[in-house]
Amino acid sequence: MKLKGKAHKYGANIDTDAIIPARYLNLSDPDQLAGHCMEGIDSDFLNRVQPGDIIVAATNFGCGSSREHAPIAIKAAGISCVIARSFARIFFRNAINIGLPLLECAPAGEIEQGDELEVELSSGEIRDITRDKLFKAEPYPDFMLELISAGGLIEHTKKKIEARRSL
Amino acid sequence: MDRRRMTGSTIAEKILAAHSGKDKVSPGEFIDVRVDLVMANDVTAPIAIREFERIGVKSVFDPKRVVMVADHFVPNKDIPSAEQAKMMREFAMKQGLVYFEVGRGGIEHVLLPEQGLVVPGDVVVGADSHTCTYGALGAFATGMGSTDIAAAMATGEIWMKVPPTIKLLYHGRPGRWVGGKDLILYTIGDIGVDGALYCAMEFCGEAIDSLSMDGRFTMANMAIEAGAKAGIFRVDNKASAYVKARALRPYKVYEPDNDARYERVIEYNASKIEPQVAFPHLPSNTRPISEVGEVRIDQVVIGSCTNGRIEDMEVAAEVLKWRRVHPEVRLIIIPGSQEVYLEAMRRGLIEAFVRAGAAVSTPTCGPCLGGHMGVLAPGERCISTTNRNFAGRMGSSQSEVYLANPAIAAASAILGRIASPEEVAI
Repeated sequence: MKLKGKAHKYGANIDTDAIIPARYLNLSDPDQLAGHCMEGIDSDFLNRVQPGDIIVAATNFGCGSSREHAPIAIKAAGISCVIARSFARIFFRNAINIGLPLLECAPAGEIEQGDELEVELSSGEIRDITRDKLFKAEPYPDFMLELISAGGLIEHTKKKIEARRSL
Repeated sequence: MDRRRMTGSTIAEKILAAHSGKDKVSPGEFIDVRVDLVMANDVTAPIAIREFERIGVKSVFDPKRVVMVADHFVPNKDIPSAEQAKMMREFAMKQGLVYFEVGRGGIEHVLLPEQGLVVPGDVVVGADSHTCTYGALGAFATGMGSTDIAAAMATGEIWMKVPPTIKLLYHGRPGRWVGGKDLILYTIGDIGVDGALYCAMEFCGEAIDSLSMDGRFTMANMAIEAGAKAGIFRVDNKASAYVKARALRPYKVYEPDNDARYERVIEYNASKIEPQVAFPHLPSNTRPISEVGEVRIDQVVIGSCTNGRIEDMEVAAEVLKWRRVHPEVRLIIIPGSQEVYLEAMRRGLIEAFVRAGAAVSTPTCGPCLGGHMGVLAPGERCISTTNRNFAGRMGSSQSEVYLANPAIAAASAILGRIASPEEVAI
């Protein structure tokens, strides 16, 4: 699956309060949450973002709260995937569970704000078209691939329950 | 010799092995883990319930092992949060879950251990990042998102990647005003907010032995602030006594093997650690109190799942008693649970707070996450006993939060600037 969009670049330790401030946790509708995406750190994000765009960040992206509202807001805002040097672990689980692809890639720090990117999820190849550079993300472990190809955790769980019933 | 015994296991590995039907597990391994308790609150339960309903099972795996707590935006701050609390309440009633209503509960991570719902050796997953608090009881407890909690509610199982363990050894005895908060802030200041990313932290040493249970809960609570999956303590006599008085289920205590393999061993001399203050906007941005300088404050918050227990109330009252809150400062004190509230009342602490000029609130997460009951305006500064000081955490993104222990928070409330309790002669 090929994803294409412009890079929105952020630094290290982008926390969940930056992604979706807690005052909006009284909402759970994805579109309503998307309307406040990145509000804690970047008030211009919603004016710039186009469907398919990609967030690029440094280490520990999504640290802090367990709020699933964070990856939900990012996905519903139209972001097709997030590339970072590393992810906080709860955010990582949440994103995979709801079908927001994440790519762990250290050299992606060379990507600049606004660069045109093309990402091939199956190979983990990240092409910076603006800079004519190619980066390779860390491959997913087999178990994660299984989860992703099932369509996220809910579908995976449905299959698991179904398999047990048919025993 | 049995090959599997060639290297020993950490507490985390032993608990996870016992819950996945294996003799031994190794870091990096993906396993299906049986959970003893599943938890959600009024902001994370609505999404968990929505996802649970998508799975298509009629009832949760075991209603006695699913806990829902109204604590974040309660008593409800507005109509949308009232709708969320209502949705959780209705689901909990329909499913017959363990449910804590406003006025009969408190903040989840203060409440669950106190009610004996978590016991040593448990695997607990909660839709709240501070679920790691229960590690103080020798349980493997970790925060997850709502979808994970939905799957755990449906099946009683969850997938996990076995974390490597970092051993943290605290030598010596902490000084007069140094508590669990200071040890953990110092540690996060040293290793960074991702210093234990994906790892389990195992806390031990003389300073840990001397620490109260409340102090241990504070430390385990903030393991997530170093990126950890869990923060675990050994079950000593103090922990046993705490659990025995409360446990609702039989339990098993897991000890680390002498030859357990740790990813890192980090040693500190606790007797040299001063009370710590984390400056904006990261919990790792710490300074010892002696190097804080002149920082004026507008608000002080004492409470939360980090420092809202009876010992925290005692310490705050000790500093505040017979004194007055600075005229330019608001002091908000939030006992972590109804039990803590009642005990604080019995001991005369609530009266001391009110006489000092503090606002005492019903248990709620409230201001910690900028929800209600103490949201900050642009340019305002707060010193708080909570766990996070990210930009905008307590309100405006132009406000500032400093993290500290209850003694420093109380002293700061009196002096109107970040101060040591030493400065308000006891």
